Amino acid sequence: MSKKIDAQQVKKVAMLSRLDLSDAEIERFASQLSEIVTYVEKMNELDTEKVEPMAHCLGITNRFGEDRPAESLGTEKALANAPDHDGQFFIVPRILEENSA
Amino acid sequence: MEQLSLLDVRNKIAAGDIKTADYVRQVLSRIEKVESTVGSYINIFGDEAIDRAAQIDEKISAGQKPGALAGVPIAIKDNMCTTFGQTTCASKMLENYQSPYNATVVEKLLAADAVIIGKTNMDEFAMGSSTENSSLKKTVNPWNTSRVPGGSSGGSAAAVAAGLCSGSLGSDTGGSIRQPASFCGVVGLKPTYGRVSRYGLVAFGSSLDQIGPVTQTVSDAALLLNVIAGHDEADSTSVEQSDAPIDDYLNKINEPLDGLKIGIVRDSTEGADEDVKRSLNEAVEVYKGLGAEVVEVDMPHLDYAVAAYYVVATAEASSNLARYDGVHYGYRSPNATDYVEVYTRSRAEGFGDEVKRRIMLGTYALSSGYYDAYYLKALKVRNLIRQDFDKTFGQCDCIVTPVAPTTAFPIGQNIEDPLKMYLSDIYTIPANLAGIPGISIQAGLDSNDLPIGLQILAPAFSESKLLRIARMFEKNTQWHKSKPKIPSE
Amino acid sequence: MAKLKYKGLIGLEIHVQLATASKLFCRCAVEFAAEPNSRVCPGCLGMPGSMPVMNKQALERAILAGLALNCNIAEFTKWDHKSYFYPDLPNNYQISQYDIPVAADGYIEIETQPGQIKRVRIRRAHLEEDAGKNMHAGNYSQVDINRAGTPLIEIVTEPDMSTGAEVRAVAIELQRIVRYLGVSEADMQKGQMRFEPNINVIIEQNGDEFRTPIAEIKNLNSFRAIQGSVDYEIERQIEQFLESGTVMEMGNKSTRGWDDSRQVTVLQREKEEAHDYRCFPVQNIPPVKVTPQWFDEIRGRLCELPLSRQRRYTQQYGLSDYDARVLTAERGVAELFEAALKAGGDAKRVCNLITQAGMKLAKEAQINFDEFGIKPDKLAVLATMIDEGTVNASAGDKILTKMTQSEASPDKIAEDENLIQKSDESELEAVVDQSLAENPQAVEEVKAGGKKSKKARGFLLGQVMQKTKGQANPKVVSAILGRKLE
Repeated sequence: MSKKIDAQQVKKVAMLSRLDLSDAEIERFASQLSEIVTYVEKMNELDTEKVEPMAHCLGITNRFGEDRPAESLGTEKALANAPDHDGQFFIVPRILEENSA
Repeated sequence: MEQLSLLDVRNKIAAGDIKTADYVRQVLSRIEKVESTVGSYINIFGDEAIDRAAQIDEKISAGQKPGALAGVPIAIKDNMCTTFGQTTCASKMLENYQSPYNATVVEKLLAADAVIIGKTNMDEFAMGSSTENSSLKKTVNPWNTSRVPGGSSGGSAAAVAAGLCSGSLGSDTGGSIRQPASFCGVVGLKPTYGRVSRYGLVAFGSSLDQIGPVTQTVSDAALLLNVIAGHDEADSTSVEQSDAPIDDYLNKINEPLDGLKIGIVRDSTEGADEDVKRSLNEAVEVYKGLGAEVVEVDMPHLDYAVAAYYVVATAEASSNLARYDGVHYGYRSPNATDYVEVYTRSRAEGFGDEVKRRIMLGTYALSSGYYDAYYLKALKVRNLIRQDFDKTFGQCDCIVTPVAPTTAFPIGQNIEDPLKMYLSDIYTIPANLAGIPGISIQAGLDSNDLPIGLQILAPAFSESKLLRIARMFEKNTQWHKSKPKIPSE
Repeated sequence: MAKLKYKGLIGLEIHVQLATASKLFCRCAVEFAAEPNSRVCPGCLGMPGSMPVMNKQALERAILAGLALNCNIAEFTKWDHKSYFYPDLPNNYQISQYDIPVAADGYIEIETQPGQIKRVRIRRAHLEEDAGKNMHAGNYSQVDINRAGTPLIEIVTEPDMSTGAEVRAVAIELQRIVRYLGVSEADMQKGQMRFEPNINVIIEQNGDEFRTPIAEIKNLNSFRAIQGSVDYEIERQIEQFLESGTVMEMGNKSTRGWDDSRQVTVLQREKEEAHDYRCFPVQNIPPVKVTPQWFDEIRGRLCELPLSRQRRYTQQYGLSDYDARVLTAERGVAELFEAALKAGGDAKRVCNLITQAGMKLAKEAQINFDEFGIKPDKLAVLATMIDEGTVNASAGDKILTKMTQSEASPDKIAEDENLIQKSDESELEAVVDQSLAENPQAVEEVKAGGKKSKKARGFLLGQVMQKTKGQANPKVVSAILGRKLE
């Protein structure tokens, strides 16, 4: 039986998830995820055509804050956990000029 | 050392019968003795706890009214942000992460004069049912050190069971408070979604996560809930007092409920161990003996809860955990040569397997071409499950079920089989999907002398009633008094 | 070669930063050019455990903008995670609106030629958060999160524009509208308003219609660049089509950047992967229901929009298109203008005061004219003084200048500064008589008529003005001269 999720799909999902996986990991995840997804498809036994999706858990609406600025962390605290910074900015290896969104 | 309940400790300290500093030292010396066996803490704040205890003693001797948790040593799961110590989520990713702020529950504990004694071990990012997915620490079950403590709040449950704190906070996304409470023979309460602020709780599944107490007794859970419940401006999903008033959960806890109707779900225990089934039946008999009426209810969609849950929870997790990328905080791979590798390698090296699996599963369920078949479908099934509960609670005050199909299983037994591990959450997951409160209390011991839990589920925002129902059982049984024997004791 | 028949098809995607004091989901101050990474908190830094809290005023501004763009406002709306990894996006998801935008199905009107209105349809407008900024230096990049979380409305038009000039007109009109309503400061240089045109061209060739591949243009930071880039891109696409015959198909959309110095668009590096944003509802922000009462309250903040006001000024007051446009550019100025008319000022005179001396003063002070705080009734008094000849036009300008500096009334200023014109006939007649007596030759020349007559009359008028130190009302003097020299 062919797997529900093959290595190619795992690679694609890993790319979307920004996970660098070894070939062995890809194989392992492919079979584990296939098993899980096959189980999940149990949901298809249910006819849900007329069922509303429950997009939010509570029925509450309209929760707001007022537009009054509060104190920010400031640069020092903002950078305190940064793996690399120059005292002003977070530093990462040069970003290629691709469109972000 | 006799293990005092949280309420006893609070009362004795407030009355001046014992000194906070003395009690905290006692707990710390017990930690010294058995923590190396149990492994419940990622971080212990020994010196800070003693300092803080002294401050509280000063406050009391100065005649000031102490807070509701005066001097009580409390442990918190390491996925709640604290400005003191690290907030690791038991992940290599956040091993050295220091939060610039306290979670709202932490602020509330401190305001109530609790002594935060340490931060407990957990499955990495709260993903797991055995605490074996911690990347930082191994926790065992205090009742049997070859067994898991349950998870993901395994450290919080083990610490309470082993007497290493008076009570603790856990978080519950699919059973992560109730199942370890059951495995460790303590009380675990998952409040209604929206009852307790999640601000400062590191998110796993934002529509499912809820913080709750893990304690020795039902009354202790009520007291802790009193302190942590309530609306918070910083969490837009925490309900306002006007929508769902907070009771004094402790005040009426001993009042039994007249005309109590208990629901048991037809055909729901087929997959459970015999000991677990027996214990549930005995518990039902206890309630009957106390005058409760038992009704059998049908919940046709519960069978689909695990499937729906593992789509919804992982979808949310895939997005919530996208932020751990080695750019602004947390682990950055030293092997990254360009900025994309900062992402891919930091995440590959910083996350454990279970976290990766769930991120990928959730990403898959949301990705183009699969959204309708998995994510949207799961939201519909979720609605059906909520409707099942709505109907059922029209017929009874609460539902009693097992907490888990088994008692604490051997370490290593399920770790290679993720699906089997997921299926062990079958009884706890529905409450998270429906947003309702649930409690786990001890209701027996199995043939291996491992605790068996009883789960009680009640309608949204009826924690007061839920706690009273649980207390009825506790008051009329002795199970909560059984304690583990830890080898190094 | 026969002239090619073609038509540009241009849609706009516009991001407008809302002029709120704090960010959309946290209460960090929105501040341009602050110290890097100083206006950040656990929320906008995407730190573990943080949660968003929706800024109510940001949402109301988004609704107001939607109303101004003639959109339907959603009664129920919600927000979604939109996932993509980028260092300036700390959560690696943007909180945006996917399937239920707060506003949809509207339009914006532009004047293509005086009196000629064109409607450009608005597909949707939604409320979302901005990202931070990445700056590139050597072999590394610097990331500043200050801007992250700033409220934005993203407005998407239908491809209803066909030339660079039209796109420019839409951009300018939109800027006027959002400024009018106080929704945004809309300063393009500060990135508060960002335009991304999507362009392709329908070409008719040998009776067949072809559509060129769509290009999206980025990095446009002036109206000139918008117009120039669109016109360039239309030309480029036609040329490319004629060369290669490539037509639009799935997946051949490209992104191009505008090179302002060379005035060309340049192909930008493409992401290899197709976008898969994996949008799903944000759980930490409850949905919003816009109740009728709240809706009405927000709608009450609308005002007459610039274009309709501009057209009314030309029709109702007979002002030139140019004057009407200048007066309506800023809401405060237009409102001052109208209040001055209500207080009795003549439309053309008030208009001249504002658009000439007034605008010059405002430009020098680098503010809008209304920000001088001149009361409309005083402006009306000044206009009437000029109309009635109490002061002359140049004295009027001087008085206006003083009015920008003090609260004194124009008549008081005129008196203090000796600017009131002498209109008393008997007094002026004596001065005229004296001047005539002193300049018999000029008198002769006037009387003789012919070529020199007009010049001589001017000379005599000048003599009278000189003797009265410029305070004589020239109209009155002219009348006396006319009578005397008959």
